[in-house]
Amino acid sequence: MQTTINTLQKGQKAVILSFDDAIIPLKLIEMGCMEGNFVEVIQIAPLGDPIFLSVNDTNLAIRKEMASRIFVEIQK
Amino acid sequence: MLLEKKWQAGFLWKYKSKMTKNDTLKIALVGNPNTGKTSLFNSLTGLRQQVGNYPGITVEKKQGSFHLENHQKVTVIDLPGTYSLNPSSIDESVTTEYLLNKEDKNFPQVAVIVAEAENLKRNLLLFTQVKDLGIPTILVINMADRMQLKGISINKENLEKQLDTKIIFTSTRNNTGISELKNCIQNFEKLAEKPLFSNDISTYKNWLSDTYKIGFVEVEDKQKQIAVKKEQHQETVKRYQFINSVLKGNFEKDKSKATDFDSRLDKILTHKVFGYIIFLVLLMLMFQAIFSWSGPFMDFIDENFALLAETVATFLPEGKINELISQGIIPGIGGIVIFVPQIAMLFLFISILEESGYMSRVVFLMDKIMRKFGLNGKSVVPLISGNACAIPAVMATRNIEDWKERLITILVTPFSVCSARLPVYTILISLIVPEQKIFGFINSQALALLGMYVFGIVLALLSSIILTKIIKAKSKSYFVIEMPSYKMPLLRNVFYTVFEKTKSFVIDAGKIILAVSVVLWFLASHGGETFDNAEKIVSSQLENENLPEAELTAKIASFQIENSYIGTMGKAIEPIIKPLGYDWKIGIAIITSFAAREVFVGTLATIYSVENADDEGTIKSRMQTATFTNGEKVFTTPTGISLLFFYAIAMQCGATVAIVKRETNSWKWALLQLFGLGIMAYLAALVAYQVLN
Repeated sequence: MQTTINTLQKGQKAVILSFDDAIIPLKLIEMGCMEGNFVEVIQIAPLGDPIFLSVNDTNLAIRKEMASRIFVEIQK
Repeated sequence: MLLEKKWQAGFLWKYKSKMTKNDTLKIALVGNPNTGKTSLFNSLTGLRQQVGNYPGITVEKKQGSFHLENHQKVTVIDLPGTYSLNPSSIDESVTTEYLLNKEDKNFPQVAVIVAEAENLKRNLLLFTQVKDLGIPTILVINMADRMQLKGISINKENLEKQLDTKIIFTSTRNNTGISELKNCIQNFEKLAEKPLFSNDISTYKNWLSDTYKIGFVEVEDKQKQIAVKKEQHQETVKRYQFINSVLKGNFEKDKSKATDFDSRLDKILTHKVFGYIIFLVLLMLMFQAIFSWSGPFMDFIDENFALLAETVATFLPEGKINELISQGIIPGIGGIVIFVPQIAMLFLFISILEESGYMSRVVFLMDKIMRKFGLNGKSVVPLISGNACAIPAVMATRNIEDWKERLITILVTPFSVCSARLPVYTILISLIVPEQKIFGFINSQALALLGMYVFGIVLALLSSIILTKIIKAKSKSYFVIEMPSYKMPLLRNVFYTVFEKTKSFVIDAGKIILAVSVVLWFLASHGGETFDNAEKIVSSQLENENLPEAELTAKIASFQIENSYIGTMGKAIEPIIKPLGYDWKIGIAIITSFAAREVFVGTLATIYSVENADDEGTIKSRMQTATFTNGEKVFTTPTGISLLFFYAIAMQCGATVAIVKRETNSWKWALLQLFGLGIMAYLAALVAYQVLN
């Protein structure tokens, strides 16, 4: 199923499909957030934002707003 | 505090004199943040290191040295941590610029890339970039002791072949692999200089020189900017494809083992209730430590300085030199050394929080809350480290990507109770809050100090709300933060940080205080004609009262100080500060503390000790007994609270003004902050005194 990262539940895994180059900063790509990589939601902050992700063996946190711009395919 | 600047100037001088020597081998440590790069630096160089700044910008520059087995001297430069050579901030650009400038006298003969086993893939991105610049490169895989725990296995021989490099496993925790690394450095001429991913060195170099500024410099040509960004994206993706093919079969990670411990810890530490409770408890513990645990050490230092002054006064021959040392220099220095226990304790806590990886969790927990105030989760780090010193704190705002959130953080950071305020608060609280145990274990003075910290936070947050409404700035709101795995803080690293920071506080603050106290002593013990004839004037005025000898001497002394140069200056400003409940001596102390807040205590110590040269009291006891000319006590509760308010708000720190100017790139914000806070401080102190009195 296709969706964006912000809709994932804690513990859910997905594969990154695409994102808008102009909005997503280079830093995120350098940390391994790119097409074809697995992403897992590790923790969601107490007030629902930011989201704590594991991508490409790296643990990082991004805000919901940016997460909503990264399209993923949920893994069963 | 002007210290950082002086520190920097001193360093540059030392640094230049070092550069003329060409017989040393130069190596650079390059790596991602959180890879233990600094631990490796400490392991290699021990305490033979200098901390300074890069010219023009305020990134910390660390340089040290050690000797190889063949007695060759090696100079090590610890470059700022970065994820790639395509920097997204001016800080990260330091590494790129340094590695691009082959003409520089300090250009490294060897680059040591410090990677971490857990994030090897990501670390290799930077490795392939440095390799493509044609610099002989060694790959250090640090934290090798954790590999088994994390279920990681690496085929070293194959990887060395594919990456065309030497790989060394190290563990700075157990000190393994260090001598192997030194060996490898000694044989650096055997290292390959061929590019790895790019076809040739000069093409990559030229492309990097043309494009690396795009991430942090405003470009007119938006079309070009977008095109370059796209190129950088594609280049990064291609490098990762290459890295993936290299790692295939040579790097395995057993996922089930990998995240077990960390995720369990994260479940508690980032929990929606416990997470905040733990954070609060840690903060409380920090303040308890600063105030209570350091108490006995401080008393010890205070008493010994009083004793020292007394001894010197007795043993040195009487005269001006004796007075200068026993009344000027010793009380002035004592006024600063006494705060070493508190400052060391504070840096101890902050460095443990940073080292363990916990600080990132605080950022994660606090982001949404801080955003409500117009700040950023990352603002928590400057606001907490602002409790040590506002200068590094203002610099720490650099990793806040959003300009408006960053500017507001810079503007409110000086509300954090910096270590220079601590001396002032400590002495004022001890004068106006009686020492008691609340519920049998909470120290009442510690609680009052905690109150001052809370006051600082409340002021910072309220100001942020107001500033968010006022400041109009374009915003590129994005937020990316790495959540490093938890690590037991390395005792050695913590020790180095505490030692380094405390040393620079004592030496740099000490210099200012020494200068200020000598000047003050001179101004307080010299004066015009009235001063010189004090004895005659006072004696003739009181001729008929038949006062006992001691009382007459005291009258003469206080008449003298009032008519000294400093007394005359103080009297001139007294009308402005009188409504706040201050006498002219406090006025002088406030003026001198624009050099650095902690000078307040030293100034009063010097003035009182010139005035009561025969009474060898501690600073506190002298302040306790100080009186106005009409005999009323100076440090009453209203005056004390008024002073606390003044010091909580006023921007009494020349160095912070300079740093804010540099970081915001305009005098506008620096001056706005200086005068805005000054006026606020005056009004708050005025209201406090008038209401309470």
